[in-house]
Amino acid sequence: MELKGKVWRYGDNIDTDVIIPARYLNVFTPKELAAHCMEDIDKSFAKNVKDGDIMVGGRNFGCGSSREHAPIAIKASGIPVIIAHSFARIFYRNGINVGLPLLEIGDDVEKIHAGDELRVDPENGTIDDITTGDHFKAHPLPGFVQEIAKAGGLINYIKSKKG
Amino acid sequence: MGMNMTEKILAQHAGLESVAPGDIVTCNLDMVLANDITAPPSIKEFEKIGRPVFDNTKIALVPDHFQPAKDIKSAGLAKIVRDFAHKNHIVNYFEQGRVGIEHVILPEFGIVGPGMLTIGADSHTCTYGALNGFSTGVGSTDLAVAMATGKAWFKVPEAIKVELTGKKPAGINGKDVILTLIGMIGVDGALYQSLEFAGEGVASLTMTDRLTISNMAIEAGGKNGIFPFDEQTKAYEDAHMKKPYTPVAPDDDAKYARTVTINLSELKPVVAFPHLPGNTKRVCDIKEPIKIDQVVIGSCTNGRLEDLEIAASIMKGHKVDENVRCIVIPGSQAIYKEAMHRGYMDTFIDAGCVVSCPTCGPCLGGYMGIMTAGERCVSTTNRNFIGRMGDTTSEIYLAGPHVAAASAILGRIAVPEEVE
Ligand code: SF4
Repeated sequence: MELKGKVWRYGDNIDTDVIIPARYLNVFTPKELAAHCMEDIDKSFAKNVKDGDIMVGGRNFGCGSSREHAPIAIKASGIPVIIAHSFARIFYRNGINVGLPLLEIGDDVEKIHAGDELRVDPENGTIDDITTGDHFKAHPLPGFVQEIAKAGGLINYIKSKKG
Repeated sequence: MGMNMTEKILAQHAGLESVAPGDIVTCNLDMVLANDITAPPSIKEFEKIGRPVFDNTKIALVPDHFQPAKDIKSAGLAKIVRDFAHKNHIVNYFEQGRVGIEHVILPEFGIVGPGMLTIGADSHTCTYGALNGFSTGVGSTDLAVAMATGKAWFKVPEAIKVELTGKKPAGINGKDVILTLIGMIGVDGALYQSLEFAGEGVASLTMTDRLTISNMAIEAGGKNGIFPFDEQTKAYEDAHMKKPYTPVAPDDDAKYARTVTINLSELKPVVAFPHLPGNTKRVCDIKEPIKIDQVVIGSCTNGRLEDLEIAASIMKGHKVDENVRCIVIPGSQAIYKEAMHRGYMDTFIDAGCVVSCPTCGPCLGGYMGIMTAGERCVSTTNRNFIGRMGDTTSEIYLAGPHVAAASAILGRIAVPEEVE
């Protein structure tokens, strides 16, 4: 699967409270959550994000609460993959579990800018920045986690195991 | 090779002789937890799996975040949880009037304890490390699978040893310890790692201190934050735990990625400035007075009896500053009742505080103390992210109950010594 999209660029320690504020957690339908995604730091995101756009963050992306509503809100906004320096642990797990690929690329993330056009292959972990001509390689997922990602999330994985 | 506490619990629950950092293991779970926000999506995913619950005695459902329901939609969330609990005969479901904040009541009711492995769809599930258990937060899908299978996978984390030296002085509590640590290592200082507390200083920390400290392991990015089992843990469990349990101790040759040392004797009251728990400063180093509009004393971090005792002892005979709203929220019904018996509630009400039933309420910007633009709060909660307690321009300063109570009286960030 190859993805191509424009970058929404955010900084370090993007927490789950800004991804989807708790005041909207009295619902859990993906579309309703997406309507408020990122609004506390970027009011333009929910309005202007296009299907296939790519989110890029800094260190410790998704820190804070365990709310799975956060990766769900991002995914329902049309974002097919998140790239970051590093992810907070629970967010990382949740992303994989709900079938949203997450790529960690460390310091290379500094070379990706807002509005850049990226070509991403989440399975191989390859990223081409079409705007700057840079190429990056993400840290690979552990084998077992790769299987969950390939199945499209944990529920599908468990169901496939059951046979 | 020797193992640390986290490795031992993971190995035991995976049926393995030993584990090492980086191993991926599948473990049997002793308890799985969700609340009124995280259980509904979890229940939806659970139903897709099409299996019964693995064990109706090992699931805890605690409707504490937006309950008693703050609006119609939240009432709907509570109903999903209630219906699921009744249908599946969930033993540890708590209806309004019997409920408290999840991480306060689970230890109190002896539902979690030493050597146990718990996951919860709430990031502060790491609280139970204080009791010498391994516990960590997960999302709703992991929880759904756990409710169906009784298992979860873990990557064995590297450990940071937090060596506590010296002795906790009077006027210092667990919040000062953990804020100091997060200030030292940063909000991602323990990313993918576990925190293992050790050293002679541990003995001077009460169980309440330890629960506060383990609670905020996640604020340093940690997977868990675990304390050794000692006489205090035993005394606590003698009073709370009805089941047998197996404590763990680290081997002498246990491996740690690094060691961080904190001398408890030197600690001073600490606050975390907006908008990260790692933006810490000692109150004595604050140069300009920081005026405040609100104080919150409560939450799974500092809503225990000892926290209320500290706050009440400072507030007794004083009034909350006329420009401040001070909201006090006991963490459980038992704490509420005991605080009433001991006269703390009289003290709070006489001082002009709002006293609420147990709930998460303002901690996550739910209800009961939401701030408007530009307002400032000193809060004993655990997160001061942008917009966490209301408007995106409001500010949260995290502190312990001692600083919170003194600040409420003086209308600015203060330490108890400044209260006449
Ligand atoms: S008190 Fe706050 S941090 Fe604790 S469980 Fe409730 S919302 Fe979460």
